[in-house]
Amino acid sequence: MIGLSSYLVLAALVFSIGLFGVLTRRNAVGILLGIELMLNAVNINLVAFARFHGDLTGLIFTLFTISITVAEVAVGLAIVIAIFRVRRTVEADRLDLLRG
Amino acid sequence: MTVETVGFWVVAAVLLASSLAVVLTPNLFHAVLYLAAALVATGVIFLLLDQPFLFAVQLLLYAGGVVTIVVFAIMLTERLVGERIRQTSRHLINGAIVSAAIFAGIAGFLLRAPLATPRPEQAGDATAPIGRALVGPFAVTFELLGVLLVTALIGALYFARGEE
Repeated sequence: MIGLSSYLVLAALVFSIGLFGVLTRRNAVGILLGIELMLNAVNINLVAFARFHGDLTGLIFTLFTISITVAEVAVGLAIVIAIFRVRRTVEADRLDLLRG
Repeated sequence: MTVETVGFWVVAAVLLASSLAVVLTPNLFHAVLYLAAALVATGVIFLLLDQPFLFAVQLLLYAGGVVTIVVFAIMLTERLVGERIRQTSRHLINGAIVSAAIFAGIAGFLLRAPLATPRPEQAGDATAPIGRALVGPFAVTFELLGVLLVTALIGALYFARGEE
C-alpha cells in the first residue's frame, strides 16, 4: 500500500528538479519549463492530500491551479516573443536592461 | 505487491526520469517533449489517486494546451532567429546544491510530520461533487477564473501581436 508520504516525497523531488531547471537554464523558455514542473509537483501534493483526507477542496484547487498555469504560460510566452522581437535573444543573462 | 504499488513505482520512475530530462537535455524542443511525458505521468498519478476527471483535465489542458503553446513559441523564435535554439546551462553545481538543500528541508519536514493517515475508501466518483462545488461554494472563484482567462488571452494577444 502506497502511503501519503510516498506521494509527498515524489512531489518534493519533482519540485526540486524544477527548481534546479529554473536556477540553471539560460533560455527563458527553459526557465518556464522548470516553473511548469514545480507547479506540477504542487498539484500532486494537493490531489494526494485531498484523496487521503477525503476532502474535495484540494481537487477544486488543483483545477484552479491548472487553469491559472495555462494563463500564466500564455502570457509568459507572449512576453518571451515580445522580448525576442526587441532584443533578438531569449537568454536570461543578457536581458539585464534594469541592472544598476 | 499489489497493482497499485507496482504502478506507483513505475510511474514515479518515469516521472522523475522525464523531469530530469526536461532540465538537462540541451535541445529545447526535446525538453518540451520530455515535459509532455512528465505531465502525462502526473496524470497517471492522479489516476492512481482515483481521480479520473483530473486525469482528463491534465491531459487536455496541460499535456495538450501548454505543450502546444510552448512548441508554437519555440517555432516562432526559431523562425525569427533562423537557427535552432540550443540551450546551455550555467551554475550547475550551485543549482544542484540549492535544489538538494530545498529537498532536504522538505524531506526533513515530512519525516517529522505525523502523516500516518490511512487511505479512506473512495466514496464514488468525485466528478459530480466537484461540479456541484464549482457552482456552489466556489462559484465566485470560478467566475473570477473566467475573468482571469479572458484577461490573459487579451494580454497575450497584445504582447504577441505584430507591428501593424
